[in-house]
Amino acid sequence: MLWYLGRRLLQVIPVFLGATLLLYAMVFLRPGDPVAALGGERGLPESVQEQIRADYNLDQPFIVQYLLFLRGVVTLDFGVDFRGREITEVIANAFPVTIQLALMALVIEAVFGIGFGLFAGMRKGGIFDGTALVISLLFIAVPTFVVGFVMQIVVGVQLGWLPVSAGRDPDFVSLLMPALVLAAVSFAYVLRLTRTSVAENLSADYVRTARARGLNRSQVTGRHVLRNSLIPVVTFLGADIGALMSGAIITEGIFNINGVGGTLYDAIIRGESVTVVSLTTVLVLVYIGANLLVDLLYAALDPRIRYA
Amino acid sequence: MPENRYENPGGSATPRPGQERYVAPVDEGGLGAVDAVRTDDAPTSLWRDAWLQMRSRWLFWVSAVIIVLVVIVAAFPGLFTTLSPRVCNLSQALEPPQPGHPFGFDRQGCDIYTRTIFGARASVVVGVLATTMVVVFGTAVGAIAGYYGKWFDTILSRMTDIFFAIPLVLAAIVIMSVTTNRTSFTVAFVLALFGWPQIARITRGTVLSVKNNEFVTAAKSLGMGRGRILWQHVLPNSAAPIIVYATVALGQFIVAEATLSFLGIGLPPSTVSWGGDISAAQGAIRTAPEILLYPAGGLALTVLGFMMMGDVVRDALDPKARKR
Amino acid sequence: MTTQFPVTNEGADGTTGPAPVDTSTPLLEIHDLEISFTTGSGEVQAVRGADLTVYPGQSVAIVGESGSGKSTTAAAIIDLLPGTGKITGGSIRFDGRELVGAPRAEKEALRGRAIGLVPQDPMSNLNPVWRIGTQVEEALKANGFKGSKADLRARVAEVLAEAGLPDAARRSRQYPHEFSGGMRQRALIGIGLAARPQLLIADEPTSALDVTVQRQILDHLEGMTRDLGTALLFITHDLGLAAERAEHLLVMFKGKVVESGPAREILADPRHPYTQRLVASAPSLASRRIQTAHVHGEESPELLAHHADEPPAAGPATVVETKNLSKVFQIRGPRPGSSTDFTAVDDVSFTLGRGRTLAIVGESGSGKSTVANMVLGLLEPTSGSVEFDGVDLASLNAKEAFAFRRRVQPVFQNPYGSLDPMFSIFRSIEEPLRLHSVGSAKEREARVRELLDMVSLPQSAMRRFPNELSGGQRQRIAIARALALKPEVIVLDEAVSALDVLVQAQVLDLLGDLQTELGLSYLFITHDLAVVRQIADDVVVMQNGKVVEQATTDEVFDSPREQYTRDLLAAIPGAGLVGDEIAG
Repeated sequence: MLWYLGRRLLQVIPVFLGATLLLYAMVFLRPGDPVAALGGERGLPESVQEQIRADYNLDQPFIVQYLLFLRGVVTLDFGVDFRGREITEVIANAFPVTIQLALMALVIEAVFGIGFGLFAGMRKGGIFDGTALVISLLFIAVPTFVVGFVMQIVVGVQLGWLPVSAGRDPDFVSLLMPALVLAAVSFAYVLRLTRTSVAENLSADYVRTARARGLNRSQVTGRHVLRNSLIPVVTFLGADIGALMSGAIITEGIFNINGVGGTLYDAIIRGESVTVVSLTTVLVLVYIGANLLVDLLYAALDPRIRYA
Repeated sequence: MPENRYENPGGSATPRPGQERYVAPVDEGGLGAVDAVRTDDAPTSLWRDAWLQMRSRWLFWVSAVIIVLVVIVAAFPGLFTTLSPRVCNLSQALEPPQPGHPFGFDRQGCDIYTRTIFGARASVVVGVLATTMVVVFGTAVGAIAGYYGKWFDTILSRMTDIFFAIPLVLAAIVIMSVTTNRTSFTVAFVLALFGWPQIARITRGTVLSVKNNEFVTAAKSLGMGRGRILWQHVLPNSAAPIIVYATVALGQFIVAEATLSFLGIGLPPSTVSWGGDISAAQGAIRTAPEILLYPAGGLALTVLGFMMMGDVVRDALDPKARKR
Repeated sequence: MTTQFPVTNEGADGTTGPAPVDTSTPLLEIHDLEISFTTGSGEVQAVRGADLTVYPGQSVAIVGESGSGKSTTAAAIIDLLPGTGKITGGSIRFDGRELVGAPRAEKEALRGRAIGLVPQDPMSNLNPVWRIGTQVEEALKANGFKGSKADLRARVAEVLAEAGLPDAARRSRQYPHEFSGGMRQRALIGIGLAARPQLLIADEPTSALDVTVQRQILDHLEGMTRDLGTALLFITHDLGLAAERAEHLLVMFKGKVVESGPAREILADPRHPYTQRLVASAPSLASRRIQTAHVHGEESPELLAHHADEPPAAGPATVVETKNLSKVFQIRGPRPGSSTDFTAVDDVSFTLGRGRTLAIVGESGSGKSTVANMVLGLLEPTSGSVEFDGVDLASLNAKEAFAFRRRVQPVFQNPYGSLDPMFSIFRSIEEPLRLHSVGSAKEREARVRELLDMVSLPQSAMRRFPNELSGGQRQRIAIARALALKPEVIVLDEAVSALDVLVQAQVLDLLGDLQTELGLSYLFITHDLAVVRQIADDVVVMQNGKVVEQATTDEVFDSPREQYTRDLLAAIPGAGLVGDEIAG
């Protein structure tokens, strides 16, 4: 078990290095000068530009730049942005609300996705199953921002049930609608995954054998069908934490939330390359961490994996 | 010999009621052909089998009609409207539907129906381009990693992991924000650049299981080269999950393109696209929400078509359903 | 209900013996049972008018090939028909109560408590995510176990110990993947009998296991049901096994009971033509080698002539010789960099004579398939050599190695995996010819037709696809493909093991005919000694990578020298019957 954990941790390191190098290269190894583009139409005076280049190591060879950036990641000191704010602080301000949003979405998609999926899978081919499939396809087909707008208009404006936008320091209620919107697509995937998994397990030999030894329907469903079906679903949910946080860019934009997405979008518009790379690096870290968590969850849920 | 536990060893005693000797009458001579080959109907390959199964489902026909319609609209928008999407009259801004303009006008006074028709092309082009790139590259990487194994697998799988570690939309946003030359091709390329790991993983897994089949060993013992085995035996047998995923991925790329255009970092405003039009409609969301619904409807219908097709194809090609 | 459920030790360890039961009224009576499945093309009848009677404490067997309806009948008794299956007629009476149309709860109550099940495949019938002990606990609790946690745990260990699992208390805390196939099947037997049912249905309980394990488990099952007074309904494809283990026998074919009666009587005097064929084909009952060309010499003379111009008799008497063949695999350990050596094949030497059949026999893990792969040139030996006509395979250059492929061809076990499902039959058989650039397109097509004739398949099968053919037909196609390049040696790696008895006999006949006609040499890899007697001249017995015994087939069967060989022979179901019932 410890060796398994150790080996997975070791595998994560090259992936993290590769992914951050890729991101860094994409932002900084491109034609055009990020510094020259600053300061709007007129641009900044040459001397100021030189100063900025020196401050951000942009005058160094690319690989040195990257290594210096990496040192910043490891020491949790990303430097300051072009406006002089500590990037670490910017990140620390942005993350809590996004984490809250992502976790709320996770709970929503897990509860409804698994619930409906179980129900649909148990009666595969029935009316509920058919309806659930079509609705889940609709959730996947309609882009998040459209769902967001429709929710704003219908639930926020016309029905007035939930606040239309979150604004600064949002509370639970004002985050509810954004969380619902953020959860929509993943909910559909969770539903479909649970449904397939349940339907498959229902016809598994060990389920039949469990019935043969006298277990009643609810015992078989709970202890065998659901327990085994949840393995792929839980791993999907784990990996989804990372995807939800980066998916929040759009949701936060629509609902005016000042989280990671809002900050990142802001930095992109302003050309704050260092902030962009720092924020995405943290997101990638979360994503990699979530995937690692999934592997451990998998090992915990499926005893066959543990000694592999 | 096991110890005998019975009351009537060797069957010498009289059998009990209900267990007397019984021999069924020999009927209909069904015994003669223990193992005869069907020769009465047409041969069915697996693909034909899948087709026969698909065509009996209404979902297949619904999605097929949607896809064909969208593709025709994308290829020949002129068949559906005589107007130009770029000729707009600000004085007609936000005017309601009227004869010749069934959806009314948007904030710039453009005909919404015409823009919705013309918007199809951007989505379809980006979706098809990105999917093609992803399938070609992802299949190649996955097949080589899975089939040749050893250090090929180590290197390619790590590379796949690295690209997989960056969420598609996040990566696309970051790259597109620093890209100046934004065309359908660059958008598709960026989406493909971070979209291929999925298909590489799927292909690798399938190839790994297909290459253990006995027909592959049989081909090896014929002296067939590795490359030829991969091309002739392994890849065709790995095609089903790739096709299924590609159909679904096409829909996902279309959504991703719309998302980028919506954020203003996808296709430039000069290109008519549903994402861009939704973004433009955002400004009037409180006053005229319906103008957002037309491009959104086109988008949703297209994606729905591909997703439903993916479902149908998956059911038809499912190896589990096929086995017996 | 008369089921008793011993919670204390007395009942469990058999000291009080089975409770006295009325053995004169049937426990289970099935009358005119009809079962059908709904498929895309309408209703398909799986069981047509089956009758079956089981008395308390008795053992009854249903014998049939796949698709005969034997398992479906058994599943109907406990209301666990798969998929769309449903009972469309007839009656099932258990302990005096009608089960067809009975409320669900009533049937559910019978399962486990009154009727136990030992399923077929031990690998898939235990839930991989629960401990073995937990799954036994479920069976106990669902069937009315009352007692403390400690009682429950003790009872679980007891159930497993009864089933023959050593160190049961510790084993109960393990997961299924930590058990071997035999141990899992023991656990399943324990679960099936945990609540002391009156009837135990054993659906091919050992067909997935090695032969020696098979015998141990069956003996144990028999002993346990006898001690507990449990009636046993035994489902099997093996007539020999059924006759050996059961008092009363039913033979099913295409959903119908074609013959039933006292087991030994049926075996000694089969009256229905199907049963007669089954008795004649069962490898475990056949005592002589299949007589080939004499009986089946009706193949067209032109085909024979085609091969007559090749000199099968030329060359040395030995075709393949292995010398001190060894293969070591490295198994990666859990720690980085750690690995252990696993010797799959250890110092194996044998010779295959031209025109003869050499069988390599062994259980799973014996290394027999690894030997086959080295003879095929697919795997390089770690040490030792494979010589073909006196030439070491390792010394061949690329071109020679390619040419060598024409002389040795394989036929594999799995009829579903050995043909590319995307290739038509024509393409599959033509592939070797095309690859080795034999003849023009027209000549190749003629050759394919000829090959189809040789394996007794209609030429019209050419345009079909593997998924349209049965297992036996696919295996014929695989043989035709192997023959396409006119090889001298064919490696048959469990080539008939997955086939039903009658089809197996047909394919073995075919192989015998082809050997006589074409002067082929066979290397026959199998786990089934019974089949060996029907086809092989010489036998190599392997265990754990080593050769245990090596002799002619007659010597091995008549006077085996090694204990392991004797164990294998004793494990052939019905082996004892052949001596004193059939031949005698």
